[in-house]
Amino acid sequence: MSLQSLVAETAVSIAERRAKRLGAGFYSGRQLMIIERSYKALRSSSWLVVLSGFVEPVFYLAAFGFGVGQLIHGMTDGNGHPVSYGAYIAPALLASSAMNGAIYDSTWNVFFKMHFAKLYEGMMSTSLGALDVALGEIGWALLRGLAYAIGFMAVMIPLGLVPSAWGLLSVAAAVLVAFGFASFGMAVTSFIKSFHGMNWINFVLLPMFLFSGTFYPLSVYPQWLQVIVQAMPLWQGVDLMRNLNFGTFNWHMLGEVAYFVVMIVLGLIFTTRRLTALFMR
Amino acid sequence: MIVAKALTKTYGDFKAVDAIDFKVKRGEAFGLLGPNGAGKSTTMRMIGATLQRSGGDLQILGKDPNTHGPEIRAHLGVVPQQDNLDRELKVWENLFIYGRYFGLSRKFLKAKVEELIGFVKLEDKRDVKVDALSGGMKRRLTIARGLVNEPEILMLDEPTTGLDPQARHVLWDRLFRLKEQGVTLVITTHYMDEAEQLCDRLIVMDKGKIMAEGSPAELIRDYSSREVVEVRFGSAKNAEVAPHLEGLGERIEVLPDRILIYAENGEQVLHQITTKGFEPLTSLVRRSSLEDVFLRLTGRTLVD
Amino acid sequence: MSTWIGATKLVDLGKARRWGAWYVAEYRLRNMSKWWSAIIAFGIGNPVLYLVSIGLGIGSLVTKSTGSHGIEGVSYLEFLAPALLATACIQAAMDETSFPVLEGFTWTRFLFAMNATSLTGSQITGGIMIASFIRCVATAFMYGGILVAFSAINIAHLPALMLASIFAGMGFAAVMMAAASFVRDDDGFFAIVGRFIIAPMFMFSGTFYPIEKTPIYLQWIGWISPLWHSTNMGRNLSYGHQVAPWLMVVHFAYLAALYYIGFRVAARQFKKRLAE
Repeated sequence: MSLQSLVAETAVSIAERRAKRLGAGFYSGRQLMIIERSYKALRSSSWLVVLSGFVEPVFYLAAFGFGVGQLIHGMTDGNGHPVSYGAYIAPALLASSAMNGAIYDSTWNVFFKMHFAKLYEGMMSTSLGALDVALGEIGWALLRGLAYAIGFMAVMIPLGLVPSAWGLLSVAAAVLVAFGFASFGMAVTSFIKSFHGMNWINFVLLPMFLFSGTFYPLSVYPQWLQVIVQAMPLWQGVDLMRNLNFGTFNWHMLGEVAYFVVMIVLGLIFTTRRLTALFMR
Repeated sequence: MIVAKALTKTYGDFKAVDAIDFKVKRGEAFGLLGPNGAGKSTTMRMIGATLQRSGGDLQILGKDPNTHGPEIRAHLGVVPQQDNLDRELKVWENLFIYGRYFGLSRKFLKAKVEELIGFVKLEDKRDVKVDALSGGMKRRLTIARGLVNEPEILMLDEPTTGLDPQARHVLWDRLFRLKEQGVTLVITTHYMDEAEQLCDRLIVMDKGKIMAEGSPAELIRDYSSREVVEVRFGSAKNAEVAPHLEGLGERIEVLPDRILIYAENGEQVLHQITTKGFEPLTSLVRRSSLEDVFLRLTGRTLVD
Repeated sequence: MSTWIGATKLVDLGKARRWGAWYVAEYRLRNMSKWWSAIIAFGIGNPVLYLVSIGLGIGSLVTKSTGSHGIEGVSYLEFLAPALLATACIQAAMDETSFPVLEGFTWTRFLFAMNATSLTGSQITGGIMIASFIRCVATAFMYGGILVAFSAINIAHLPALMLASIFAGMGFAAVMMAAASFVRDDDGFFAIVGRFIIAPMFMFSGTFYPIEKTPIYLQWIGWISPLWHSTNMGRNLSYGHQVAPWLMVVHFAYLAALYYIGFRVAARQFKKRLAE
């Protein structure tokens, strides 16, 4: 075997070329390699599991939109126009499923890879840095989220649940929401040490899912509870996507976008720091 | 290639590595020998630029791992103590993707992966998932993975722990070949025979400190005798018999399960024991090994 | 080491034979007790969250649309209560049969360690079932108490509702145990079961709206679902929802049959796999 292969670029020259850049200690610009890894892993995993992420919101839509929808009349959009119950909850379900998918990918998945498969340990002993790992894993979660969002849209549109052409932007909003949750979720996960701790993540998520105005307007709540719910990220996403779906615009939506941008940035900073601390100290 | 001066790692009050000095030269096989908890793995991780040192100085290929982590890691191949192969990927994909982590091109890796699979003799297993491999095969795959970037230094942490004798020999054979290629090897182990087989030079560590340094032959010469007699009288009687054996050989060690007598001529000592009227349950005369060096240096056995 | 008595004198084989399943159950309960805080938090948190959000939230929309007589003459909350109780029992019971079986055969292989003692395959199956039953009953008490506190059900109806729910829980738990005992590669087992079986069962069993409002081509999900059988029965026993007597018998018999078949299949498969 020859160890002196004829290659123009060796690992060393690649690393040295990058060494002078800012942040070279924790970022090598190779998050795509992590995504490539996930893609290869996906090809050998069960397609049923992949499909299952798509059917969940569809079941909710069928059961609540059309089942419970028969019991409920008189829903309106932001401008007071009447809408069907299905059209009312569909964008919210899109937001919730974006959250659920992103959270699953960035919490349970990451926890498993970190503590059992020891994958990140292997990655970090190459010339990859912590930010590569964070961006790569989150990037993969977003690609998945994008695919599911497009799939859900493909169900919503023929059912007439997207009254405004602006509704198509919900797909982009779903990716933004997923990015926020994935980045924040990964940061939280990197601090958790036991399975037990992981259970508490679900414990926070369930009330957020149930209370964030997915199935009914916030006006059924007392004022104090409304304020708490409005501060939650899922409500921000639900409101943003519902407005896009009905094409009703207001200034709040800019704030909602900014909310997620902040979540993304904070999540990335904490994840990178924590991963560096975990595997480098 | 590697120069450590007063290298220290502390966790709170605990000194995992306590001001050690050593040098590793290009092309040699350098061993860190010691029991569990001696600080070997901690030292390895500092060399591997995945652990920041608490004090002292460390240069790898003339660079400081604290500030040049990614560049140094690009020169290294790492084989960790516990395999951390990617269970979701097939054998060849493990090598391929790991190479991609270094930023290597797909074209280069295609050829490299096949070459490495041949080198570690996993041709039949190329397309199976990692879970289907035996322990020895996983270990070989991890070594192949560590070679994907054609490293100058290959770091092996307990490379054969938990493998059966045959698998160990296959692995040692592959490591010899790498050495012949001029790859510098840094190996930790708590197996004496492994250190004797593989290492040109080694340091014996205990409780974060270096107890001795040299080639295996030098260490045995300096810290032990040529031969050793091991006798057992049964767990209750060993301590009782031991005082009567004083004066035989150069030195006596009494362990809970057996008595060791160090001497130039083992058969002669064994004969003396029986003439004194003691009949051991079992007896064995063997050549001195690094195990004995360690016992001499620390008063403890290596594998408890 | 103290004096050595020896297994021939130490192990009472007759006792081990009679009580084997209970030893397994004891192990499972000890294991469960490590998670007691989570079990209680979920046991209490879940019903409260569902009652407040779905029951009261959607309930207020339903009341606005249908007027004060609600569904089938009762409030949405009362309509929902039997279904929620049965769901909780199903979830609790199946957690204790599916996870340990998968864990014991594929992850930690503790079932093989048990089988290396004098325990038999059917004792192990029985022991896991006993532990699951205890968790199921405890959940029924916790959840039931909360439903009463929210006046979702009348306390006089609670025992009958709990019985219906525990039947559903055990029936489904036995089926899940049988299914889990066949799994060799756990790749995504829980994701698939959760999303393709539990989720449709939860949503299309007349849980949130009368099953008659489901399109006919989806109603079959309800007919095979233990949740519907339990819920329909429970609605009859609590607020007097109209169910023909023969149908009540079918409901009970169906759940009992699920349990019996699931348990038998699981016990047989356990024996087979432990001997591999």
